[in-house]
Amino acid sequence: MRAYRLEVNGDKIEIAAPEHWTLLEVLRYKLGLTGTKQGCDKGDCGACTVLVDGEPELACLLLPGAVEGKKILTIEGLAPAHRCRGGEGADPIQESFDEAGALQCGFCQPGVMLSARALLNREPHPSCEQIADSLSGNLCRCTGYKQIYDAVEAAADKEAELKTQGAD
Amino acid sequence: MEYPTTVEDAVALLAKHGDRAMFLAGGTDLLPNMKHGLFEPEVVIGLGAIEDMKGIRKDKDGSLHIGAMTSLTEVARSQLITEAAPALAQAASVVAGPQIRNMGTLGGNVMLDTRCQWYNQSHFWRKSLGYCLKKDGTVCHVIEGGKKCVAAASNDTAPALMTLAAELHFLSPSGEVALPIEELWKADGTWNKNVGPDALLVSVHLPALSGPHGGAYLKLRERNAIDFPQLGIAARLGFAEDGSIFEAAVAATALGPRPILLQSTTKLLAGTTPGESNFEEALLELCAKAHKQLSPLANIPGDETYRKRMVPIFLKRALVLAAQP
Ligand SMILES: Cc1cc2nc3c(=O)[nH]c(=O)nc-3n(C[C@H](O)[C@H](O)[C@H](O)COP(=O)(O)OP(=O)(O)OC[C@H]3O[C@@H](n4cnc5c(N)ncnc54)[C@H](O)[C@@H]3O)c2cc1C
Ligand code: SF4
Ligand code: FES
Ligand code: FES
Repeated sequence: MRAYRLEVNGDKIEIAAPEHWTLLEVLRYKLGLTGTKQGCDKGDCGACTVLVDGEPELACLLLPGAVEGKKILTIEGLAPAHRCRGGEGADPIQESFDEAGALQCGFCQPGVMLSARALLNREPHPSCEQIADSLSGNLCRCTGYKQIYDAVEAAADKEAELKTQGAD
Repeated sequence: MEYPTTVEDAVALLAKHGDRAMFLAGGTDLLPNMKHGLFEPEVVIGLGAIEDMKGIRKDKDGSLHIGAMTSLTEVARSQLITEAAPALAQAASVVAGPQIRNMGTLGGNVMLDTRCQWYNQSHFWRKSLGYCLKKDGTVCHVIEGGKKCVAAASNDTAPALMTLAAELHFLSPSGEVALPIEELWKADGTWNKNVGPDALLVSVHLPALSGPHGGAYLKLRERNAIDFPQLGIAARLGFAEDGSIFEAAVAATALGPRPILLQSTTKLLAGTTPGESNFEEALLELCAKAHKQLSPLANIPGDETYRKRMVPIFLKRALVLAAQP
């Protein structure tokens, strides 16, 4: 066992876990944050994507010791983070995914939405190519991606609108 | 898990634990290999807390210094690298997918283990087959009766760094070594490097190039993301004032155990000028030569006959791109 000090979704947590456990296992089986999915467990699928200091990384290939002192955001923290920034309800990306029907089984969705969040933070008006590129590490076996790309575009528009309203 | 904060401590820790320990950079190859039972370290020495190993800078003599712990994303986006070493930036930008490029490092990519369809499998899978030479077994499933593993070098940045004549700075218990990257490799898939596993790659140096240069890296793969290369070709051309070529380098990966620097490329291309017929002729000759010399093996995804046919095609495309500095 090893003790870790982690910062997950804004909460500072001290947690002990077997030394060979990955961050993914700590999130799911110690912290109960099962929104982060365990797909391939070897870096191929992106279902375990979390944001580490704002950038998408794969929890199945991270040892918790490597992310001590860094800010981890999981899908459970996405809406609260949006509200912390002064927003209402869910993150615009979540709203747009809902409206665009950008999911079928939903297994890929937490990872896809976090990759999309990182993209829109860096590039508020991404081209379709940038969207496809940023989501290229997230496999979806159901949708064919079209609705996902549409949803990210719609979320970018929604955020631009919210910003202009905020500026009024 | 150990997290040293200096390169000296990292090397001393590895020496202390010997064969039982391995370095962990981004972990994007180490962890899958550990999960498959291919690597079985009892101690993992994380390099993430060594600040000296991160970042890119230009030295006074114009050479570039890249810390081994610099992420592939940073290498791909760095203006210093896209300008001075476009092939390296391109190679880093096509490794795996975005998440892995955020985690994976240049050092880890250079030091990447070789790959083979009979090796990169779960323990259960390999056990059912009776293992192989590279790990736990006595036979090779690729070369019948083979006594030497031929698993493929599959790191995208290696050929790009070879065309740039990169120098690798290692620290090991016996001291510091600066090794031209071309001398790093040996044709043994079990361990394809001429340094031991106790050597820490500290940084990568790209010497300053005289005059304008163009470079490109092209990668053959099934999907445009995530997949390892089925063939990777890097090219670099140096130009004289009159626009003619005075220097050329071509290197390829995903063929056999070591990435290969094609010989006498400068001899063939020097003096020719892109856009003129002498360049086209030299290009055809070089492509024919590469097609003869470079033979992919049947141990990674992608039909080997198809991969061989793509050698001259990718080489031509890479050189045409490199000809537009
Ligand atoms: C799904 C998937 C797809 C991938 N696709 C590609 C691809 O297309 N192209 C490609 O090139 N790679 C690919 N990779 C492999 C890997 O992600 C990259 O090669 C990456 O650059 C490895 O870097 P790392 O920092 O994660 O290395 P690690 O996994 O931490 O280390 C790799 C090896 O190098 C050793 N090592 C690391 N740093 C040093 C150092 N400074 N000194 C000495 N030894 C060191 C480690 O002990 C280990 O043996 C892929 C991996 C996955 C899981
Ligand atoms: S080339 Fe042969 S020995 Fe090497 S990993 Fe493949 S099957 Fe094993
Ligand atoms: S579960 Fe991590 S990439 Fe598939
Ligand atoms: S919705 Fe099923 S995998 Fe994407």
